Amino acid sequence: MSERLAILIAEDNAADRMLLSTIVSRQGHRVLTASNGLEAVALFEQERPHLVLMDALMPVMDGFEAARRIKDQAGEALVPIIFLTSLTEGEALVRCLEAGGDDFLAKPYNRVILEAKIGAMDRLRRLHDTVLQQRDLIALHNEHLLHEQRVAKAVFDKVAHSGCLDAPNIRYMQSPYALFNGDLLLAAYKPSGGMHVMLGDFTGHGLPAAIGAMPLAEVFYGMTAKGHALAEILREINAKLKRILPVGVFCCATLLNISSKRGLLEVWNGGLPDGYLLHGDGRPRQPLVSRHLPLGILEPAAFSDRCEVYPLAPGDRIFLLSDGVLEASDQHGQLFGEKRLLRLLEANRQPQALFEEIQQALVTFRGEQQDDVSMVQVGLAEDDERPRPLAFADSGQSSVMDWSASFEFRALSLRHFNPLPYLLQLLLDVQALRPRGGELYTVLAELYSNALEHGVMGLDSSLKQDASGFAEYYRERRLRLASLRDGYVRFHLQMLPEANGGRLIVQVEDSGPGFDPARVIDTADDALSGRGLALVRELSDGFSRCPDGRGVSVEFCWSAEA
Amino acid sequence: MSDIHLDDAVLAALQDVMEDEYPILLDTFVADSEERLRLLHQAQAEDDAQGLRLAAHSFKGSCSNMGAVLLASLCKELEDAGRREALDLAPALIEQVEREFAIVRILFKSERQRYRL
Repeated sequence: MSERLAILIAEDNAADRMLLSTIVSRQGHRVLTASNGLEAVALFEQERPHLVLMDALMPVMDGFEAARRIKDQAGEALVPIIFLTSLTEGEALVRCLEAGGDDFLAKPYNRVILEAKIGAMDRLRRLHDTVLQQRDLIALHNEHLLHEQRVAKAVFDKVAHSGCLDAPNIRYMQSPYALFNGDLLLAAYKPSGGMHVMLGDFTGHGLPAAIGAMPLAEVFYGMTAKGHALAEILREINAKLKRILPVGVFCCATLLNISSKRGLLEVWNGGLPDGYLLHGDGRPRQPLVSRHLPLGILEPAAFSDRCEVYPLAPGDRIFLLSDGVLEASDQHGQLFGEKRLLRLLEANRQPQALFEEIQQALVTFRGEQQDDVSMVQVGLAEDDERPRPLAFADSGQSSVMDWSASFEFRALSLRHFNPLPYLLQLLLDVQALRPRGGELYTVLAELYSNALEHGVMGLDSSLKQDASGFAEYYRERRLRLASLRDGYVRFHLQMLPEANGGRLIVQVEDSGPGFDPARVIDTADDALSGRGLALVRELSDGFSRCPDGRGVSVEFCWSAEA
Repeated sequence: MSDIHLDDAVLAALQDVMEDEYPILLDTFVADSEERLRLLHQAQAEDDAQGLRLAAHSFKGSCSNMGAVLLASLCKELEDAGRREALDLAPALIEQVEREFAIVRILFKSERQRYRL
């Protein structure tokens, strides 16, 4: 027995109306009756019956017009209309269908057929209802999903935009929803000047692909702001992703450390397509090849943070891309591939047109637009002398103001540990110093690398004259550092409160043989002469050398703000 | 009595469906049919072929439901004449319809009395 329905009967003939309503109500349905089309429409509006039995020919308003109006009012809901008719001409039956009729019932009425037709129409009606409900449910779920993605993206954008993707030396192209393709592009200024850049590609799509981006970005920005080296950041990101991501989710990535001041590029590529170092002077491009497994796969002990180092000259730029470019396929399943990309790089004359040229080539190749392509070009920043504003994770409200401390980092520490983030974190607890975090870092980094490379290890920076000498210098630095047995670098820090602000005095000394201050004045090869010295002088509020040539002292002063 | 005027099988089925309301249905049919006849005369008087067709069509429907077989087929001829705008056929056909309805009405009246007993 089907569900009890409300059925509207529109029939002008009183005897037929009476007969039909008796049959229908005997079958268990609630009956509403109308004796013409106009009454039927009004009654439908008022009672919203499930089904209508409609005579075609009626006075005042005929069944065709009434059917049209009822279908209009029913909107998306299916209200089946069965035309009651003894019309026999095909043309009249077509009119019934055109007016929105779903079936016919001929006179004289047959109870069995009538019941079967009502049952069939009810099944149709309920099927239609289910489809509508499920469509609405799907729409609701989809809306919900999009909302979640919007929230996730808004949160992520807050994190991601603490970086410097808008820097003048960076050009990038990415879909606004790249995050949900698993693509991730980050860039941040280092306290020492220069920047870290990362292009990443998480496995998978949607929220699962985006979720790992959040902690990764936090580590990338937090550690970059505190002055950690790229290798340390890589280790931390890998360890964190390994810890939090499920098996099978990982991040292919290329990380760049660009030191404009030193003219140096460090590259680590784990699983992304080759990037390219493109030279401004026409030398052949240098592929930046993947040498590692992606981030988040290896245990920390097995992970290698080994970067490749290249000299970087003005006019050089680095081009990175996601596999969306190479893996774009045409209608025949053929991949875009590296050869096509290299031809484009070869043919490119204007760096700023490269993305558009690649995009155009992809559209031509695939025959349609695609949105899972991420590309970035980074050049050497023109003015990189001044450290840029850094992004901190905490607010720095509580700080200790009156103290001194001395640190001695000995050979084993110097080999494996970069003391600068450690010291910087201590010093930047003082809120007044935060705006000068970059300057502080730059000065400490200059003094430290001078103490380590020239003082402790005795390296000669005159090697760094050309590209091969440059590579030689860094090879030598790596070798000497790895075999370092003795020596130290000491930092003496004094934080002094003063009447209207404070003063920080930093002394750096090393175990090296010292140098003759008189000699320093007229050589150009020492890091602390020329640009290095000028920079330290400019950024600090006081600079002096110890008489024995084995140490230097710098001061930073500040006055309390209102 | 199954003849060309009233189909006994149809009447039995109607009685089965309508139960206590069977006599009311009969009364309703008779009253409604008198109204249809009046409309037929009016349409003829006004030379209204479309009105003739609609009234005949409706009359035909209820006659077929009530088992008045011959009356239904006469109504159909009248409806066809209306559709073809053959108004010249109308007077003779209406007369036949009236004569047949007179018979059907008597049969229904006796059916009604039979039912009461």
